[in-house]
Amino acid sequence: MSAQPIADNLFTEDMSALVGARNRETGHIFFPLPLTPNDNIEPIRLASRGTVWTYTVQRFPPKAPYIGPTDPEKFKPYVVAYVSLPGQTMVESRLTGVEPEDVKIGMEVEFTTILLDPDAPPEEQKLIHAFKPVQGE
Amino acid sequence: MSDVCIVGAGIHPFGRTEGRDGMDQGIFAVRQALADSGIEWKDVQFAFGGSAASGNADNMVSQLGLTGIQFINVSNGCATGGSALNAAVSAIKSGEYEMGMAVGFDKHPRGAFNADPSSYGLPNWYGEAGYMLTVQFFGAKIMRYLHEHNISRETLGRVAEKAFRNGVKTDHAWRRSEVDLDTIMNAPMICDPLTKYMFCSPAEGAVALILASEKKAKELGVPMIRLKSSVMRTRPSGSFEVFAASIDNERGGTATEIASKAAFEQAGMGPEDIDIAQLQDTESGAEIMHMAENGFCKPGDQEQWLLEGRSEINGQLPINTDGGCLACGEPIGASGLRQVYENVVQLRGTAGARQVPGNPKSAYTQVYGAPGVSAVTILQR
Repeated sequence: MSAQPIADNLFTEDMSALVGARNRETGHIFFPLPLTPNDNIEPIRLASRGTVWTYTVQRFPPKAPYIGPTDPEKFKPYVVAYVSLPGQTMVESRLTGVEPEDVKIGMEVEFTTILLDPDAPPEEQKLIHAFKPVQGE
Repeated sequence: MSDVCIVGAGIHPFGRTEGRDGMDQGIFAVRQALADSGIEWKDVQFAFGGSAASGNADNMVSQLGLTGIQFINVSNGCATGGSALNAAVSAIKSGEYEMGMAVGFDKHPRGAFNADPSSYGLPNWYGEAGYMLTVQFFGAKIMRYLHEHNISRETLGRVAEKAFRNGVKTDHAWRRSEVDLDTIMNAPMICDPLTKYMFCSPAEGAVALILASEKKAKELGVPMIRLKSSVMRTRPSGSFEVFAASIDNERGGTATEIASKAAFEQAGMGPEDIDIAQLQDTESGAEIMHMAENGFCKPGDQEQWLLEGRSEINGQLPINTDGGCLACGEPIGASGLRQVYENVVQLRGTAGARQVPGNPKSAYTQVYGAPGVSAVTILQR
């Protein structure tokens, strides 16, 4: 069995983008979909390319409810960014394929998925969202 | 309209006190405040109080005395103390009461605050994937601010350096030794660009303030510290708050900007009239942002301010004279009231080694917390 999304209603069916929420009355777009269904809110496909608006680096292993690797030997600091999706919203997301020292505000990134814990047994593998630098940038 | 006055102030030292729970620290602060104002518990007509982690404040009556008073519990996150003060001021302004108390206390376990996604309306994956950490928010927010306003990371270090320097001179502070800039800058990074020394820690402590009508204060014959404003506000749209899985592309203002503006209007004053300020400094970046959000400087000018020592105790506008949260730690329920306590002491001229020179007359406090709340006070002597 291959890795499963960490949650329902997070990704589009083809896993090519995040699912956001749009308020039908105001047009306000945000992420993720609310926990409880609401007639005023419709799901929308979020853009798969954007730019880094800001970021930080998680340098120490988080405590519960985090379920990724926490063993100090295996824990690798990860970048958490806000990625501005034009005309939509800024989503909080990990960055992948770039070292923390090389991240720049304004860099162009595109949607991808990564394994939360690459060392977990295959049946427990979870996919989470991330953005990676656009090739050639 | 006559002013509400602070006629008594008490504090339990911040930091760690083994064997004394949060509420007992609160009782300690109340007894000190009563003694300070020369009144007894039976003279207190009402109280507003709160703690985030140490129980219901109204239980304090079992130790202080069952006088039957109105005692309302306040729960407003980091603005708990500020909100208790705000409510106490309104109760006296309404004319219903002449004298009452605002109290806040807390005792938190060591380490970063643990948060549960569902209590913030967030899905479980948000925590499981490693986003449920306040430190990430602080890092990401100041990272953008430094970029937008061309401020160096060293400025963050200078804020922490000043906090520890002031903490050395403060009886109620937790961190009582200086840390030099190199040590601060080279300490382990927690969430970039913030190193270990640039964050405050959850802690313990308590503060109690006795408030009275102007008439009552004159009768007591204590130094008159007038509350010219006490304002609490919540966030506008487009603000950037903790635990946000998304934020709007179109950026908005902040709760602090709204609270600050209202407080200055209420007092009929402007930032240029303030002699001393205590600003929320959960981490170094917060002090930098709040210097501008409260109108004391333009965004981007903070670097120069810190380089020239303008926010030092002997500077043009001393900021966080007791070392702020960085040196005192953050017991959530008490933190906002500690700022007011420090200003009371400074305005009375009894701050000892950390006394701001030149007989300060007007003093400002601002506390900010999740999820976008801000409380401001302006005191005048």
